[in-house]
Amino acid sequence: MKAIRVAVFVAAAISSTFAQEPQIECLHVKGNVYVIAGAGGNITVQVGDEAVVLVDSGLPQYSREVINAIRKISSKPIGYIINTTIDRDHTGGNESLAKGGFFMLTSANQQRSAAAIVSHLNFLNRLNTPADRQAVSQPGWPTDTYDTAEWKLYANDEPLLLEHPASAHTDSDTLVFFRRSDVVSAGDLFDMTRYPVIDRTRGGSLEGILKALNHISLDLAVPKQNEEGGTYIIPGHGRICDRYDVAIYRDMLTIIRDRIRDMAVRGMSLEQVKAARPTFDYDGEFGSDTGAWTTAMFIEAVYQEAVSNVRPGTRK
Amino acid sequence: MKLMPFLAALLFVPLAIAQVDLSGEWGQKMHEDAPERGGGPEIGDYTGLPINDRARMQADSWDADKWTLLEHQCEPHPADYAVRGPGSMRIWADMEPLTKEVTAWHTMIMWMNPERTIYMDDRPHPSQFAPHTWGGFSTGEWVDDMLKVTTTHLKEGWLRRNGLPRSEKAEMTEYFIRHGDALTVVTIVKDPVFLTEPLIRTSNWILNPGYAPTPQYCVPSREIDHPIGWVPHHLPGTNPWLYDYAVKNGFPRDAVRGGAETMYPEYQQKLEPERRR
Repeated sequence: MKAIRVAVFVAAAISSTFAQEPQIECLHVKGNVYVIAGAGGNITVQVGDEAVVLVDSGLPQYSREVINAIRKISSKPIGYIINTTIDRDHTGGNESLAKGGFFMLTSANQQRSAAAIVSHLNFLNRLNTPADRQAVSQPGWPTDTYDTAEWKLYANDEPLLLEHPASAHTDSDTLVFFRRSDVVSAGDLFDMTRYPVIDRTRGGSLEGILKALNHISLDLAVPKQNEEGGTYIIPGHGRICDRYDVAIYRDMLTIIRDRIRDMAVRGMSLEQVKAARPTFDYDGEFGSDTGAWTTAMFIEAVYQEAVSNVRPGTRK
Repeated sequence: MKLMPFLAALLFVPLAIAQVDLSGEWGQKMHEDAPERGGGPEIGDYTGLPINDRARMQADSWDADKWTLLEHQCEPHPADYAVRGPGSMRIWADMEPLTKEVTAWHTMIMWMNPERTIYMDDRPHPSQFAPHTWGGFSTGEWVDDMLKVTTTHLKEGWLRRNGLPRSEKAEMTEYFIRHGDALTVVTIVKDPVFLTEPLIRTSNWILNPGYAPTPQYCVPSREIDHPIGWVPHHLPGTNPWLYDYAVKNGFPRDAVRGGAETMYPEYQQKLEPERRR
Protein backbone atom coordinates (compact mmCIF):
# COMPACT_ATOMS: atom_id res chain seq x y z
CA MET A 1 0.00 0.00 0.00
CA LYS A 2 2.86 2.31 0.76
CA ALA A 3 4.22 1.84 -2.74
CA ILE A 4 0.81 2.63 -4.21
CA ARG A 5 0.48 5.80 -2.16
CA VAL A 6 3.94 6.93 -3.17
CA ALA A 7 3.21 6.25 -6.84
CA VAL A 8 -0.03 8.22 -6.72
CA PHE A 9 1.68 11.06 -4.90
CA VAL A 10 4.55 11.20 -7.37
CA ALA A 11 2.18 11.10 -10.34
CA ALA A 12 0.01 13.86 -8.89
CA ALA A 13 3.00 15.94 -7.93
CA ILE A 14 4.59 15.61 -11.36
CA SER A 15 1.35 16.72 -12.98
CA SER A 16 0.90 19.69 -10.67
CA THR A 17 4.41 20.87 -11.46
CA PHE A 18 3.43 21.47 -15.04
CA ALA A 19 0.02 22.96 -14.39
CA GLN A 20 1.39 26.48 -14.65
CA GLU A 21 3.46 26.08 -17.80
CA PRO A 22 4.11 29.20 -19.89
CA GLN A 23 2.92 29.67 -23.43
CA ILE A 24 3.14 26.83 -25.87
CA GLU A 25 5.81 26.93 -28.56
CA CYS A 26 6.23 24.83 -31.68
CA LEU A 27 9.78 24.56 -33.07
CA HIS A 28 11.05 22.80 -36.15
CA VAL A 29 13.66 20.24 -35.13
CA LYS A 30 14.80 18.60 -38.36
CA GLY A 31 13.31 16.94 -41.42
CA ASN A 32 9.68 16.09 -40.79
CA VAL A 33 9.92 16.52 -37.05
CA TYR A 34 8.80 19.37 -34.80
CA VAL A 35 8.51 19.75 -31.04
CA ILE A 36 5.71 21.38 -29.08
CA ALA A 37 7.00 22.63 -25.74
CA GLY A 38 5.15 24.14 -22.81
CA ALA A 39 2.15 21.80 -22.73
CA GLY A 40 3.52 19.53 -20.02
CA GLY A 41 6.11 17.07 -21.32
CA ASN A 42 7.56 17.80 -24.74
CA ILE A 43 5.37 16.59 -27.61
CA THR A 44 7.21 15.38 -30.71
CA VAL A 45 5.31 15.93 -33.95
CA GLN A 46 6.09 14.20 -37.23
CA VAL A 47 4.26 15.48 -40.31
CA GLY A 48 4.01 14.28 -43.89
CA ASP A 49 1.64 13.21 -46.65
CA GLU A 50 -0.18 10.54 -44.63
CA ALA A 51 -0.92 11.71 -41.14
CA VAL A 52 0.39 13.46 -38.07
CA VAL A 53 2.36 11.28 -35.66
CA LEU A 54 2.71 12.42 -32.07
CA VAL A 55 5.09 11.17 -29.43
CA ASP A 56 3.27 11.99 -26.19
CA SER A 57 0.30 14.28 -25.78
CA GLY A 58 1.01 16.68 -22.92
CA LEU A 59 -1.40 17.73 -20.19
CA PRO A 60 -5.12 17.58 -21.00
CA GLN A 61 -5.81 21.26 -20.32
CA TYR A 62 -3.52 22.24 -23.21
CA SER A 63 -5.00 19.97 -25.90
CA ARG A 64 -6.78 22.80 -27.69
CA GLU A 65 -3.56 24.83 -27.91
CA VAL A 66 -1.66 21.73 -29.02
CA ILE A 67 -4.17 21.09 -31.82
CA ASN A 68 -3.87 24.73 -32.88
CA ALA A 69 -0.09 24.40 -33.00
CA ILE A 70 -0.30 21.19 -35.03
CA ARG A 71 -2.71 22.76 -37.50
CA LYS A 72 -0.15 25.44 -38.29
CA ILE A 73 2.18 22.78 -39.68
CA SER A 74 -0.20 20.10 -41.00
CA SER A 75 -3.84 19.64 -41.96
CA LYS A 76 -3.61 15.83 -41.84
CA PRO A 77 -5.41 13.79 -39.17
CA ILE A 78 -3.46 12.41 -36.24
CA GLY A 79 -2.57 8.79 -36.96
CA TYR A 80 -0.43 7.67 -34.05
CA ILE A 81 0.12 8.84 -30.52
CA ILE A 82 3.13 6.99 -29.15
CA ASN A 83 3.59 7.30 -25.39
CA THR A 84 7.09 7.35 -23.95
CA THR A 85 5.91 7.01 -20.37
CA ILE A 86 2.83 6.67 -18.20
CA ASP A 87 3.13 10.09 -16.53
CA ARG A 88 0.13 12.37 -16.96
CA ASP A 89 2.17 15.25 -18.36
CA HIS A 90 2.98 12.94 -21.29
CA THR A 91 -0.34 11.12 -21.67
CA GLY A 92 -3.00 13.55 -20.44
CA GLY A 93 -3.91 14.66 -23.96
CA ASN A 94 -4.27 11.12 -25.37
CA GLU A 95 -8.05 11.09 -25.29
CA SER A 96 -8.72 14.52 -26.74
CA LEU A 97 -5.94 14.45 -29.36
CA ALA A 98 -6.84 10.95 -30.59
CA LYS A 99 -10.46 11.94 -31.26
CA GLY A 100 -11.21 12.50 -34.92
CA GLY A 101 -7.93 10.94 -35.85
CA PHE A 102 -7.15 8.22 -38.35
CA PHE A 103 -6.38 4.73 -37.07
CA MET A 104 -3.17 3.77 -38.83
CA LEU A 105 -2.71 0.21 -37.58
CA THR A 106 -4.29 -2.94 -38.94
CA SER A 107 -5.77 -4.48 -35.86
CA ALA A 108 -9.02 -5.15 -34.04
CA ASN A 109 -9.28 -1.45 -33.34
CA GLN A 110 -9.23 -0.49 -37.00
CA GLN A 111 -12.81 0.75 -37.13
CA ARG A 112 -12.16 3.42 -34.54
CA SER A 113 -12.33 6.95 -35.83
CA ALA A 114 -9.43 7.89 -33.63
CA ALA A 115 -5.67 7.79 -33.72
CA ALA A 116 -3.91 4.63 -32.64
CA ILE A 117 -2.34 4.99 -29.20
CA VAL A 118 0.84 2.96 -28.94
CA SER A 119 2.94 2.01 -25.95
CA HIS A 120 4.94 -0.84 -24.49
CA LEU A 121 2.88 -3.63 -22.95
CA ASN A 122 4.19 -2.82 -19.48
CA PHE A 123 2.43 0.52 -19.79
CA LEU A 124 -0.92 -1.19 -20.25
CA ASN A 125 -0.16 -3.67 -17.50
CA ARG A 126 0.51 -0.80 -15.12
CA LEU A 127 -2.81 0.79 -16.04
CA ASN A 128 -4.43 -2.42 -14.88
CA THR A 129 -2.98 -2.12 -11.39
CA PRO A 130 -4.84 -0.30 -8.60
CA ALA A 131 -2.02 2.23 -8.23
CA ASP A 132 -2.08 3.39 -11.82
CA ARG A 133 -5.66 2.76 -12.94
CA GLN A 134 -6.39 6.47 -12.81
CA ALA A 135 -3.10 7.55 -14.36
CA VAL A 136 -4.68 7.82 -17.81
CA SER A 137 -8.40 8.29 -18.47
CA GLN A 138 -9.64 5.10 -20.11
CA PRO A 139 -10.43 6.44 -23.62
CA GLY A 140 -6.79 7.46 -23.71
CA TRP A 141 -5.43 4.01 -22.93
CA PRO A 142 -3.17 2.34 -25.50
CA THR A 143 -4.97 0.68 -28.38
CA ASP A 144 -1.87 -1.26 -29.40
CA THR A 145 1.17 -2.39 -27.48
CA TYR A 146 4.42 -4.22 -28.13
CA ASP A 147 6.06 -6.60 -25.69
CA THR A 148 9.53 -6.90 -27.16
CA ALA A 149 12.64 -4.74 -26.91
CA GLU A 150 11.75 -2.91 -30.10
CA TRP A 151 8.97 -2.35 -32.60
CA LYS A 152 9.10 -0.86 -36.07
CA LEU A 153 6.39 1.33 -37.58
CA TYR A 154 6.35 3.38 -40.76
CA ALA A 155 4.66 6.70 -41.37
CA ASN A 156 5.06 9.62 -43.73
CA ASP A 157 7.74 7.88 -45.76
CA GLU A 158 9.85 7.36 -42.67
CA PRO A 159 10.72 4.43 -40.40
CA LEU A 160 9.78 4.91 -36.76
CA LEU A 161 11.94 2.72 -34.56
CA LEU A 162 10.41 2.21 -31.13
CA GLU A 163 12.76 0.93 -28.45
CA HIS A 164 11.96 -0.18 -24.93
CA PRO A 165 14.66 0.42 -22.32
CA ALA A 166 14.05 -2.37 -19.83
CA SER A 167 14.08 -0.27 -16.69
CA ALA A 168 14.80 3.43 -17.06
CA HIS A 169 12.52 6.28 -15.92
CA THR A 170 9.96 3.47 -15.37
CA ASP A 171 9.73 -0.10 -16.65
CA SER A 172 7.29 0.92 -19.38
CA ASP A 173 9.25 3.54 -21.30
CA THR A 174 9.57 3.87 -25.07
CA LEU A 175 11.98 5.98 -27.06
CA VAL A 176 11.31 6.72 -30.70
CA PHE A 177 13.94 7.14 -33.42
CA PHE A 178 12.72 8.94 -36.55
CA ARG A 179 15.29 7.37 -38.82
CA ARG A 180 14.95 9.55 -41.90
CA SER A 181 14.57 12.84 -40.08
CA ASP A 182 17.40 11.78 -37.75
CA VAL A 183 15.63 12.72 -34.54
CA VAL A 184 15.27 10.75 -31.29
CA SER A 185 12.37 11.39 -28.94
CA ALA A 186 13.74 10.20 -25.61
CA GLY A 187 10.99 10.81 -23.05
CA ASP A 188 11.72 11.40 -19.39
CA LEU A 189 14.87 9.30 -19.16
CA PHE A 190 16.50 12.46 -20.50
CA ASP A 191 15.33 15.68 -18.82
CA MET A 192 17.21 18.90 -19.42
CA THR A 193 15.39 20.72 -16.63
CA ARG A 194 16.31 18.51 -13.68
CA TYR A 195 17.80 15.22 -12.56
CA PRO A 196 15.90 12.37 -14.20
CA VAL A 197 12.93 11.07 -12.26
CA ILE A 198 13.84 7.53 -11.23
CA ASP A 199 10.40 6.13 -10.52
CA ARG A 200 11.42 3.06 -8.54
CA THR A 201 7.82 2.28 -7.60
CA ARG A 202 7.17 1.79 -11.31
CA GLY A 203 10.31 -0.22 -11.99
CA GLY A 204 12.65 2.63 -12.87
CA SER A 205 16.41 2.55 -12.29
CA LEU A 206 19.42 4.78 -12.81
CA GLU A 207 21.31 1.90 -14.39
CA GLY A 208 18.59 1.60 -16.99
CA ILE A 209 18.63 5.33 -17.64
CA LEU A 210 22.41 5.25 -18.10
CA LYS A 211 22.16 2.27 -20.42
CA ALA A 212 19.62 4.11 -22.56
CA LEU A 213 21.65 7.34 -22.60
CA ASN A 214 24.77 5.41 -23.62
CA HIS A 215 22.75 3.73 -26.36
CA ILE A 216 21.54 7.08 -27.69
CA SER A 217 24.99 8.60 -27.42
CA LEU A 218 27.03 5.74 -28.86
CA ASP A 219 24.64 3.88 -31.17
CA LEU A 220 21.96 6.23 -32.46
CA ALA A 221 23.23 9.81 -32.51
CA VAL A 222 25.82 11.05 -35.00
CA PRO A 223 27.03 14.64 -34.77
CA LYS A 224 27.28 16.64 -37.96
CA GLN A 225 30.63 18.22 -37.10
CA ASN A 226 32.61 19.08 -33.98
CA GLU A 227 30.10 17.37 -31.66
CA GLU A 228 27.32 19.64 -32.79
CA GLY A 229 24.09 19.19 -34.73
CA GLY A 230 23.52 16.01 -36.75
CA THR A 231 21.10 13.80 -34.87
CA TYR A 232 18.82 15.80 -32.61
CA ILE A 233 17.40 14.43 -29.38
CA ILE A 234 14.16 15.72 -27.87
CA PRO A 235 14.21 15.27 -24.09
CA GLY A 236 11.12 14.71 -21.98
CA HIS A 237 11.40 18.31 -20.82
CA GLY A 238 13.55 21.22 -21.91
CA ARG A 239 15.29 22.29 -25.04
CA ILE A 240 16.24 20.46 -28.23
CA CYS A 241 19.58 18.65 -27.79
CA ASP A 242 22.29 16.92 -29.75
CA ARG A 243 24.73 14.16 -28.87
CA TYR A 244 27.04 16.36 -26.84
CA ASP A 245 24.17 17.31 -24.55
CA VAL A 246 23.25 13.66 -24.02
CA ALA A 247 26.91 12.79 -23.38
CA ILE A 248 27.43 15.40 -20.68
CA TYR A 249 24.10 14.51 -19.03
CA ARG A 250 25.30 10.90 -19.04
CA ASP A 251 28.66 12.01 -17.64
CA MET A 252 26.95 13.83 -14.79
CA LEU A 253 24.71 10.90 -13.85
CA THR A 254 27.60 8.44 -14.03
CA ILE A 255 29.77 10.59 -11.79
CA ILE A 256 26.96 11.04 -9.25
CA ARG A 257 26.21 7.31 -9.31
CA ASP A 258 29.89 6.50 -8.71
CA ARG A 259 30.08 8.94 -5.80
CA ILE A 260 26.96 7.60 -4.11
CA ARG A 261 27.90 4.00 -4.79
CA ASP A 262 31.30 4.62 -3.19
CA MET A 263 29.61 6.10 -0.14
CA ALA A 264 27.21 3.16 0.06
CA VAL A 265 30.10 0.70 -0.14
CA ARG A 266 31.81 2.56 2.68
CA GLY A 267 28.74 1.96 4.80
CA MET A 268 27.38 5.49 4.91
CA SER A 269 23.71 5.89 5.77
CA LEU A 270 21.28 7.76 3.54
CA GLU A 271 21.37 10.75 5.86
CA GLN A 272 25.15 10.77 5.81
CA VAL A 273 25.14 10.62 2.03
CA LYS A 274 22.70 13.50 1.80
CA ALA A 275 24.82 15.52 4.21
CA ALA A 276 27.89 14.88 2.03
CA ARG A 277 26.08 16.57 -0.89
CA PRO A 278 27.26 14.30 -3.69
CA THR A 279 25.34 16.30 -6.30
CA PHE A 280 26.41 19.75 -5.09
CA ASP A 281 28.39 20.73 -8.21
CA TYR A 282 25.47 19.89 -10.48
CA ASP A 283 22.65 21.27 -8.34
CA GLY A 284 22.96 24.74 -9.86
CA GLU A 285 21.76 23.35 -13.17
CA PHE A 286 19.60 20.39 -12.26
CA GLY A 287 18.84 20.47 -8.53
CA SER A 288 15.74 21.62 -6.69
CA ASP A 289 14.66 21.81 -3.08
CA THR A 290 11.00 22.15 -4.01
CA GLY A 291 8.59 20.60 -6.47
CA ALA A 292 7.72 17.08 -7.40
CA TRP A 293 11.25 15.77 -7.80
CA THR A 294 13.76 17.25 -5.43
CA THR A 295 17.48 16.69 -5.22
CA ALA A 296 16.95 14.80 -1.97
CA MET A 297 14.51 12.42 -3.70
CA PHE A 298 16.99 11.87 -6.51
CA ILE A 299 19.83 11.12 -4.09
CA GLU A 300 17.60 8.72 -2.16
CA ALA A 301 16.64 6.84 -5.32
CA VAL A 302 20.28 6.52 -6.41
CA TYR A 303 21.32 5.49 -2.91
CA GLN A 304 18.63 2.82 -2.59
CA GLU A 305 19.66 1.39 -5.94
CA ALA A 306 23.32 1.46 -4.94
CA VAL A 307 22.64 -0.29 -1.65
CA SER A 308 20.57 -2.95 -3.38
CA ASN A 309 23.46 -3.57 -5.77
CA VAL A 310 26.17 -3.80 -3.11
CA ARG A 311 26.98 -7.43 -2.49
CA PRO A 312 26.35 -8.59 1.08
CA GLY A 313 29.48 -8.44 3.15
CA THR A 314 31.23 -5.85 0.99
CA ARG A 315 29.91 -2.84 2.89
CA LYS A 316 32.47 -1.53 5.32
CA MET B 1 12.00 69.15 -52.98
CA LYS B 2 13.22 65.93 -54.53
CA LEU B 3 16.60 66.62 -53.04
CA MET B 4 15.28 66.37 -49.50
CA PRO B 5 15.12 62.56 -49.25
CA PHE B 6 18.56 62.36 -50.81
CA LEU B 7 19.99 64.84 -48.34
CA ALA B 8 18.25 63.08 -45.49
CA ALA B 9 19.78 59.81 -46.60
CA LEU B 10 23.20 61.44 -46.73
CA LEU B 11 22.89 62.26 -43.05
CA PHE B 12 22.98 58.59 -42.26
CA VAL B 13 25.91 57.72 -44.48
CA PRO B 14 28.59 58.96 -42.10
CA LEU B 15 27.19 56.66 -39.40
CA ALA B 16 27.66 53.67 -41.63
CA ILE B 17 31.13 54.76 -42.63
CA ALA B 18 32.06 55.29 -39.00
CA GLN B 19 31.60 51.59 -38.39
CA VAL B 20 34.95 49.89 -38.32
CA ASP B 21 35.87 47.23 -40.84
CA LEU B 22 36.83 44.17 -38.84
CA SER B 23 37.25 41.89 -41.83
CA GLY B 24 40.55 40.22 -42.50
CA GLU B 25 42.92 37.61 -41.14
CA TRP B 26 44.13 38.13 -37.59
CA GLY B 27 47.09 36.50 -35.89
CA GLN B 28 46.89 35.85 -32.18
CA LYS B 29 49.39 37.60 -29.90
CA MET B 30 49.25 35.01 -27.10
CA HIS B 31 51.10 37.41 -24.82
CA GLU B 32 48.61 37.24 -21.97
CA ASP B 33 48.36 34.09 -19.84
CA ALA B 34 50.61 32.30 -22.33
CA PRO B 35 51.22 29.14 -20.26
CA GLU B 36 47.51 28.59 -19.96
CA ARG B 37 46.88 29.14 -23.63
CA GLY B 38 49.67 27.14 -25.20
CA GLY B 39 50.31 23.87 -23.44
CA GLY B 40 47.23 24.39 -21.35
CA PRO B 41 46.60 25.14 -17.69
CA GLU B 42 47.82 22.84 -14.99
CA ILE B 43 45.43 20.69 -13.03
CA GLY B 44 44.19 22.52 -9.97
CA ASP B 45 45.13 25.99 -11.24
CA TYR B 46 42.01 28.04 -10.65
CA THR B 47 43.95 31.19 -9.84
CA GLY B 48 42.33 34.53 -10.52
CA LEU B 49 38.93 33.25 -11.59
CA PRO B 50 35.71 34.31 -9.82
CA ILE B 51 34.43 30.76 -9.44
CA ASN B 52 32.20 29.37 -6.72
CA ASP B 53 32.36 26.13 -4.76
CA ARG B 54 30.27 24.26 -7.33
CA ALA B 55 32.80 25.00 -10.09
CA ARG B 56 35.66 24.06 -7.77
CA MET B 57 34.09 20.71 -6.89
CA GLN B 58 33.42 19.83 -10.50
CA ALA B 59 36.95 20.76 -11.57
CA ASP B 60 38.43 18.74 -8.71
CA SER B 61 36.62 15.69 -10.13
CA TRP B 62 37.81 16.28 -13.68
CA ASP B 63 40.14 13.81 -15.35
CA ALA B 64 41.91 14.45 -18.67
CA ASP B 65 41.09 10.88 -19.71
CA LYS B 66 37.78 12.42 -20.73
CA TRP B 67 39.36 13.25 -24.07
CA THR B 68 39.86 9.56 -24.84
CA LEU B 69 36.11 9.00 -25.02
CA LEU B 70 34.64 8.93 -28.51
CA GLU B 71 31.88 11.29 -27.42
CA HIS B 72 34.35 13.99 -26.35
CA GLN B 73 37.23 13.79 -28.81
CA CYS B 74 35.92 16.29 -31.36
CA GLU B 75 34.78 19.14 -29.17
CA PRO B 76 35.98 22.59 -30.29
CA HIS B 77 36.33 25.43 -27.83
CA PRO B 78 33.09 27.28 -27.07
CA ALA B 79 32.91 30.90 -28.25
CA ASP B 80 33.83 32.37 -24.87
CA TYR B 81 36.99 30.26 -24.64
CA ALA B 82 37.89 30.04 -28.34
CA VAL B 83 39.61 33.43 -28.37
CA ARG B 84 41.81 32.19 -25.50
CA GLY B 85 42.69 28.97 -27.26
CA PRO B 86 45.38 28.61 -29.90
CA GLY B 87 44.83 29.86 -33.40
CA SER B 88 44.44 32.74 -35.76
CA MET B 89 41.08 34.13 -36.74
CA ARG B 90 39.37 35.13 -39.96
CA ILE B 91 36.57 37.72 -39.89
CA TRP B 92 34.29 38.51 -42.79
CA ALA B 93 31.00 40.28 -43.38
CA ASP B 94 27.71 39.67 -45.14
CA MET B 95 26.48 42.75 -46.96
CA GLU B 96 22.98 43.67 -48.07
CA PRO B 97 23.28 43.97 -51.88
CA LEU B 98 21.36 47.22 -52.29
CA THR B 99 22.13 49.26 -49.21
CA LYS B 100 25.61 47.76 -48.64
CA GLU B 101 24.84 47.55 -44.95
CA VAL B 102 26.60 44.80 -43.04
CA THR B 103 23.88 42.32 -42.03
CA ALA B 104 26.16 39.86 -40.24
CA TRP B 105 29.76 39.32 -39.19
CA HIS B 106 31.34 35.90 -39.22
CA THR B 107 34.36 34.65 -37.34
CA MET B 108 36.33 31.45 -37.74
CA ILE B 109 39.16 30.38 -35.48
CA MET B 110 41.85 27.99 -36.58
CA TRP B 111 41.47 25.34 -33.88
CA MET B 112 38.72 23.02 -35.17
CA ASN B 113 37.47 25.82 -37.47
CA PRO B 114 34.43 26.81 -35.38
CA GLU B 115 32.41 29.46 -37.20
CA ARG B 116 30.20 32.03 -35.58
CA THR B 117 27.64 34.41 -37.00
CA ILE B 118 26.95 37.77 -35.39
CA TYR B 119 23.64 39.09 -36.69
CA MET B 120 23.43 42.83 -37.20
CA ASP B 121 19.79 42.97 -38.32
CA ASP B 122 18.12 43.32 -34.92
CA ARG B 123 16.63 39.85 -35.00
CA PRO B 124 15.48 38.44 -31.66
CA HIS B 125 17.31 35.65 -29.87
CA PRO B 126 15.73 32.20 -30.30
CA SER B 127 13.33 30.37 -28.03
CA GLN B 128 14.53 28.89 -24.76
CA PHE B 129 13.77 25.50 -26.34
CA ALA B 130 16.13 25.99 -29.32
CA PRO B 131 19.38 24.00 -29.49
CA HIS B 132 22.54 25.39 -27.94
CA THR B 133 25.75 25.53 -29.95
CA TRP B 134 29.47 26.08 -29.37
CA GLY B 135 29.16 29.53 -30.92
CA GLY B 136 25.86 30.38 -29.31
CA PHE B 137 23.46 32.85 -30.85
CA SER B 138 24.99 36.30 -31.27
CA THR B 139 23.64 39.72 -32.14
CA GLY B 140 25.75 42.82 -32.60
CA GLU B 141 25.46 46.58 -32.43
CA TRP B 142 27.97 49.39 -32.76
CA VAL B 143 28.83 51.37 -29.66
CA ASP B 144 30.97 54.17 -31.00
CA ASP B 145 33.78 52.31 -32.77
CA MET B 146 33.33 49.10 -30.82
CA LEU B 147 31.26 46.17 -32.00
CA LYS B 148 29.26 45.02 -28.99
CA VAL B 149 28.13 41.40 -29.27
CA THR B 150 25.57 39.67 -27.06
CA THR B 151 25.56 35.88 -27.04
CA THR B 152 23.09 33.38 -25.59
CA HIS B 153 22.39 29.68 -26.27
CA LEU B 154 25.96 28.56 -25.60
CA LYS B 155 26.61 24.90 -25.06
CA GLU B 156 27.96 23.97 -21.66
CA GLY B 157 31.69 24.58 -21.88
CA TRP B 158 34.72 25.46 -19.81
CA LEU B 159 36.43 28.48 -18.26
CA ARG B 160 39.77 26.74 -18.39
CA ARG B 161 40.92 23.55 -20.01
CA ASN B 162 41.41 21.83 -16.68
CA GLY B 163 37.81 21.05 -15.95
CA LEU B 164 36.55 24.39 -14.68
CA PRO B 165 33.01 24.42 -16.03
CA ARG B 166 30.92 27.15 -17.60
CA SER B 167 27.20 26.40 -17.68
CA GLU B 168 24.80 26.70 -20.59
CA LYS B 169 22.91 29.32 -18.60
CA ALA B 170 25.81 31.72 -19.09
CA GLU B 171 25.55 34.76 -21.33
CA MET B 172 28.43 36.60 -22.92
CA THR B 173 29.01 40.20 -23.93
CA GLU B 174 31.96 40.96 -26.21
CA TYR B 175 33.58 44.08 -27.55
CA PHE B 176 35.58 43.92 -30.78
CA ILE B 177 37.89 46.94 -30.77
CA ARG B 178 40.18 47.69 -33.71
CA HIS B 179 43.18 49.99 -33.36
CA GLY B 180 44.79 50.14 -36.79
CA ASP B 181 46.37 46.75 -37.36
CA ALA B 182 45.61 45.53 -33.85
CA LEU B 183 42.38 44.00 -32.63
CA THR B 184 41.30 43.53 -29.03
CA VAL B 185 38.43 41.23 -28.14
CA VAL B 186 36.98 41.74 -24.68
CA THR B 187 34.81 38.91 -23.38
CA ILE B 188 32.56 39.30 -20.35
CA VAL B 189 30.95 36.05 -19.20
CA LYS B 190 28.14 36.02 -16.65
CA ASP B 191 27.31 32.57 -15.37
CA PRO B 192 24.72 32.30 -12.60
CA VAL B 193 25.70 28.68 -11.98
CA PHE B 194 29.49 28.77 -11.61
CA LEU B 195 30.63 32.40 -11.29
CA THR B 196 30.14 34.86 -8.45
CA GLU B 197 31.22 37.85 -10.56
CA PRO B 198 31.53 38.40 -14.31
CA LEU B 199 34.67 36.90 -15.81
CA ILE B 200 36.33 39.54 -17.98
CA ARG B 201 39.19 38.63 -20.31
CA THR B 202 40.94 40.38 -23.18
CA SER B 203 42.71 38.79 -26.11
CA ASN B 204 44.81 40.64 -28.67
CA TRP B 205 45.38 40.07 -32.36
CA ILE B 206 47.56 41.51 -35.14
CA LEU B 207 46.48 41.85 -38.74
CA ASN B 208 48.03 38.99 -40.68
CA PRO B 209 46.97 39.09 -44.34
CA GLY B 210 49.06 36.02 -45.16
CA TYR B 211 47.12 33.73 -42.86
CA ALA B 212 45.30 30.89 -44.61
CA PRO B 213 43.06 28.77 -42.37
CA THR B 214 43.93 25.10 -42.30
CA PRO B 215 40.89 22.88 -42.77
CA GLN B 216 40.35 20.65 -39.76
CA TYR B 217 37.96 17.72 -39.85
CA CYS B 218 37.82 15.73 -36.65
CA VAL B 219 36.67 12.13 -36.78
CA PRO B 220 36.72 10.34 -33.42
CA SER B 221 38.51 7.02 -33.24
CA ARG B 222 38.77 4.37 -30.58
CA GLU B 223 42.36 4.51 -29.40
CA ILE B 224 41.93 2.92 -25.98
CA ASP B 225 39.38 0.29 -25.02
CA HIS B 226 37.01 1.34 -22.29
CA PRO B 227 33.94 -0.35 -20.85
CA ILE B 228 30.79 1.09 -22.42
CA GLY B 229 29.57 4.01 -20.37
CA TRP B 230 32.83 4.52 -18.48
CA VAL B 231 33.28 8.15 -17.47
CA PRO B 232 36.70 9.08 -16.06
CA HIS B 233 36.65 11.25 -12.93
CA HIS B 234 38.06 11.50 -9.43
CA LEU B 235 35.90 10.81 -6.41
CA PRO B 236 35.78 13.72 -3.95
CA GLY B 237 39.02 14.02 -2.02
CA THR B 238 40.97 11.56 -4.19
CA ASN B 239 42.51 13.72 -6.94
CA PRO B 240 46.26 13.37 -6.29
CA TRP B 241 47.36 16.25 -8.56
CA LEU B 242 45.27 19.14 -7.27
CA TYR B 243 48.12 20.93 -5.50
CA ASP B 244 51.07 20.09 -7.74
CA TYR B 245 50.75 23.51 -9.36
CA ALA B 246 50.83 25.29 -6.01
CA VAL B 247 53.78 23.27 -4.72
CA LYS B 248 55.83 23.65 -7.91
CA ASN B 249 55.41 27.43 -7.93
CA GLY B 250 55.56 28.01 -4.20
CA PHE B 251 52.05 29.43 -4.11
CA PRO B 252 49.80 29.17 -1.08
CA ARG B 253 47.20 26.45 -1.61
CA ASP B 254 44.32 28.80 -0.97
CA ALA B 255 45.48 31.13 -3.71
CA VAL B 256 45.33 28.54 -6.49
CA ARG B 257 41.81 27.53 -5.50
CA GLY B 258 40.47 30.66 -7.14
CA GLY B 259 37.46 32.74 -6.22
CA ALA B 260 36.64 36.38 -6.81
CA GLU B 261 38.90 37.50 -4.01
CA THR B 262 41.98 36.17 -5.83
CA MET B 263 41.35 38.50 -8.78
CA TYR B 264 42.08 41.72 -6.94
CA PRO B 265 45.37 43.35 -5.81
CA GLU B 266 44.28 43.38 -2.18
CA TYR B 267 44.61 39.63 -2.16
CA GLN B 268 48.38 39.99 -2.42
CA GLN B 269 48.37 41.89 0.86
CA LYS B 270 46.38 39.12 2.45
CA LEU B 271 48.94 36.59 1.31
CA GLU B 272 51.94 38.66 2.36
CA PRO B 273 52.21 37.37 5.98
CA GLU B 274 52.08 33.81 4.73
CA ARG B 275 54.71 34.53 2.09
CA ARG B 276 57.06 35.93 4.72
CA ARG B 277 56.67 32.79 6.80
